[in-house]
Amino acid sequence: MSLWTWILIASAIAYITKLSGYLVPARMLENPHMTRVAGTLTIGLLASLTAMNAFSEGQLLAFDARVGALVIAAIALAMRMSFLGVVILGAVAAAGIRAIGVG
Amino acid sequence: MAMTSATKIGLSIAVATGLYGVSFGALGVAAGLTVWQTCALSLLMFTGGSQFAFIGVIAGGGTGAAATGAAALLGVRNAVYGMQVSRMLRPHGSRKLVAAQVTIDESTATAAGQTEVGEQRRGFWSAGLGIFVLWNLFTALGAVLGDALGDPRRWGLDGAAVAAFLGLLWPRLSAREPVAIAVVCALVTVIAIPFVPPGIPILIAAFVAGVWGWFSRGPAREGLEADIDPASLDTRANAAAQERN
Repeated sequence: MSLWTWILIASAIAYITKLSGYLVPARMLENPHMTRVAGTLTIGLLASLTAMNAFSEGQLLAFDARVGALVIAAIALAMRMSFLGVVILGAVAAAGIRAIGVG
Repeated sequence: MAMTSATKIGLSIAVATGLYGVSFGALGVAAGLTVWQTCALSLLMFTGGSQFAFIGVIAGGGTGAAATGAAALLGVRNAVYGMQVSRMLRPHGSRKLVAAQVTIDESTATAAGQTEVGEQRRGFWSAGLGIFVLWNLFTALGAVLGDALGDPRRWGLDGAAVAAFLGLLWPRLSAREPVAIAVVCALVTVIAIPFVPPGIPILIAAFVAGVWGWFSRGPAREGLEADIDPASLDTRANAAAQERN
């Protein structure tokens, strides 16, 4: 299937998920297990995506300029910088490390 | 719409969140999507975390199916938000269909930060619709800019993606347990990368996180924090939040 098809399928799933909260009887989603899984899933997926984008090169593990971006972003977040500022700093760090030929 | 406290908070959130649509647009194109595909994700999927997940898997060489799986799982929390908003606002008929599309972290958090029902409604709609408009505009801007930049690695856009995911994760690391979940899932991912096709490590980590949530006891709200906390934008909202706690 083409990427366009997947974009449409994934978007439809996203919308149906949002709408289900409005349509499904409250007691089904109010199940404390459900709320908690929604939360732990969010944390686990974001951590996994962070790790994959920092360390994967296809199916290989890599240790390059992106690790520098990860460290700089963590420091910026700890200093309460805004999201956009952190993203820009991540780009500057990776590009900078590459420019001096380390990463 | 009257400029009440909730409207002001909603619009401030909309500006702060909408702006980072630029980073999504640029990263979408850097991941290999076309400008139109990147814009379609913001218009149709419209939930930042899932959008970043989708392009993140594609950028890592994963299939469309794996990208869809990651995006779908990251969107599960929106069902919980839909239920909360439904109970607060009680929208009817076609309003429900529109409300569903703008039910995301920020609009839900803005509504939940208000105590009066009219303010909840104004907060939800000003944040939800405001973010929708700005997020799409800035996604288009970012995608066009990203397209013009050329080689994404030279500009460090792969580093920007890492920073973006950490930025989305950070506000949710509010206690020891979420930090433990994050560390375990990151480790599981790194260990799995050499052994399974690209994109699959994320689904394995999701399984671990889901099992963790199902079988352990802990605060139910963990992980459901907004990327930008509406309470931080208004002292009155802050005071209200403290009263509730």
